[in-house]
Amino acid sequence: MTTRIDRRFAALRAESRAGLVTFLTAGDPDAETSLAILRALPQAGADVVELGMPFTDPMADGPAIQASSQRALKTGQTLRKTLAMVRTFRAGDDATPIVLMGYYNPIYIYGVDRFLVDAREAGVDGLIVVDLPPEEDEELCLPALKAGLNFIRLATPTTDDRRLPAVLANTSGFVYYVSITGITGSAAPDTGKVTGAVARIKRHTALPVCVGFGVRTAEHARAIAEGADGVVVGSALVDAVRASLDDEGRATRATVTAVTGLVSALAAGVRGARRVAAE
Amino acid sequence: MTIQQPNSFRTGPDERGHFGIFGGRFVAETLMPLILDLEKAYAEAKADPAFRAEMDGYLSHYVGRPSPLYFAERLTEHLGGAKIYLKREELNHTGSHKVNNVLGQILLARRMGKKRIIAETGAGMHGVATATLCARFGLECIVYMGAVDVERQKPNVFRMQMLGAEVRPVQSGAKTLKDAMNEALRDWVTHVGATFYCIGTVAGPHPYPMMVRDFQSIIGHETREQILAAEARLPDSLVACIGGGSNAMGLFHPFLDDRAVEIYGVEAAGHGLGSGLHAASISGGRPGVLHGNRTYLLMDDDGQIQEAHSISAGLDYPGVGPEHAWLHSVGRATFLSATDDEALAAFRLLSRLEGIIPALESAHAIAKVIELAPMKPKDHLMVVNLSGRGDKDIFSVAEHLGGKL
Repeated sequence: MTTRIDRRFAALRAESRAGLVTFLTAGDPDAETSLAILRALPQAGADVVELGMPFTDPMADGPAIQASSQRALKTGQTLRKTLAMVRTFRAGDDATPIVLMGYYNPIYIYGVDRFLVDAREAGVDGLIVVDLPPEEDEELCLPALKAGLNFIRLATPTTDDRRLPAVLANTSGFVYYVSITGITGSAAPDTGKVTGAVARIKRHTALPVCVGFGVRTAEHARAIAEGADGVVVGSALVDAVRASLDDEGRATRATVTAVTGLVSALAAGVRGARRVAAE
Repeated sequence: MTIQQPNSFRTGPDERGHFGIFGGRFVAETLMPLILDLEKAYAEAKADPAFRAEMDGYLSHYVGRPSPLYFAERLTEHLGGAKIYLKREELNHTGSHKVNNVLGQILLARRMGKKRIIAETGAGMHGVATATLCARFGLECIVYMGAVDVERQKPNVFRMQMLGAEVRPVQSGAKTLKDAMNEALRDWVTHVGATFYCIGTVAGPHPYPMMVRDFQSIIGHETREQILAAEARLPDSLVACIGGGSNAMGLFHPFLDDRAVEIYGVEAAGHGLGSGLHAASISGGRPGVLHGNRTYLLMDDDGQIQEAHSISAGLDYPGVGPEHAWLHSVGRATFLSATDDEALAAFRLLSRLEGIIPALESAHAIAKVIELAPMKPKDHLMVVNLSGRGDKDIFSVAEHLGGKL
């Protein structure tokens, strides 16, 4: 079956450009503002949205996303509320793919079967669960695929050619290439190496390959977009949220536009890329 | 419900690191290849007699093993029931059982050619043991420690620094052991090539729970020989404190198939299980996934991990090793809990009666001995793991007692 993710990447391929994948944490800095940001993202140039499910212990994330999770949890965000947020968004936008990204425990506690039904019903298209490697596919990946959701896997510089087939086996939607060994928001990746790595993954799969971790500027996004099917930006956007808050950490009138302004610039960067043969 | 008991309790984990539903390998892809490498390297080392011989040499001459099994005569008289033996792990070099595991992991790191060692620590005993062996073998050592623990375990911070380790205070979360472990995992993800992550307890992704258990099992193996020599029979019960549970697993594991031996793990009940301020993940938590394994965890209804609370920094962790979770689920071990106040009372009692100042962690085990021993007949043999010494705790104990020891 095709999902909104498949259709979106097919459309991007037809336009021969890379996509912009934007991350925001659900409920950061509060539920209402977060929904306003989510609704404004497609118009600002986001092709795919990754919506972070906040977790107390985000072990693969750097300080920016840790802090955004904390802000969201502090205002009472839960997985149930995150699903409701997707449902509300979906009522007004039936095309932009939404990928939920996070850690396994909140899903496990919600109940895997119930979660898959509710996520699909809310209009979620795919899942990225950081702490579920292929070795734990029976937990969520296989049931998710069965339920008609994409399960998007991270490939990293430590995923060698021997291991790649195992990582790709049950991956669908797209492959998320983590461009550095490290936590989110760390040092910028070397674009030359990234292009080579994307080519290496493409030798093993026909799926689109999106690249993330450390992409902060339009210029950077443009450079990555030359060799990849999509560019993921996360920490820079949650930093923009943080920088817009008042002294008490509350949203201001500038919060939504701080994010959409950066997204527009990143989208222009991605769209300005001269694409090398990434197919 | 009847619980189906296996033929042996000592065969776990399976090849995927599962003890029943517990354990596993819940880590980011970046770490997965490293964990598979470690598993392979450990399997090779375990099968190599030279590795065993090297370990034995350092265990005898550097750590000072075997540690004595000591008949606590005055404690026994005072409680008026079971005959109490203390397994004196606090007499090891560095002052706790932690060194048994660290020695194994550091020798393994050397075999793997890793030059940079990272560790998390709560009370600082694992950090001190790691810093010690890194000094001994000339390895770089970085220890992550919650900022709160840095404050309450100052003597150990100085010890680590004296040994040449870099102690990095962790400011996230509750600034205790859980947060130190998050930060160590983030370091490992970032420095994958040369770094060896020396985990201090029987938790984390497979193969750590199994590997740490194997290295700590020397405690139980020695205890078995020593009690047979002293009493010509096996003990009737074993008692040990449980944070992640490495000292307990080390004592318990060699006795798991001796079904007549009662096994008691003691978790930290902080201000009491009903207060919500405790660290008893089995008694007060439920199964979930954190730090690479499925186990009992303290969490809320949304699956968000809750902060643990204990006077003892070494037990202040919202999870427990997956093999303990499994032993609980199959009913082979009984898990009790001791409050801060009970641990403090036990700390004082053992100091006064036996001239042994226990670590606050170990004092939790003693606290339950105080309860259990009087209910047992005089010929009941009870072995308690005295996992660490209390020098590091005297300042925080003094503070809790209002400056009056």
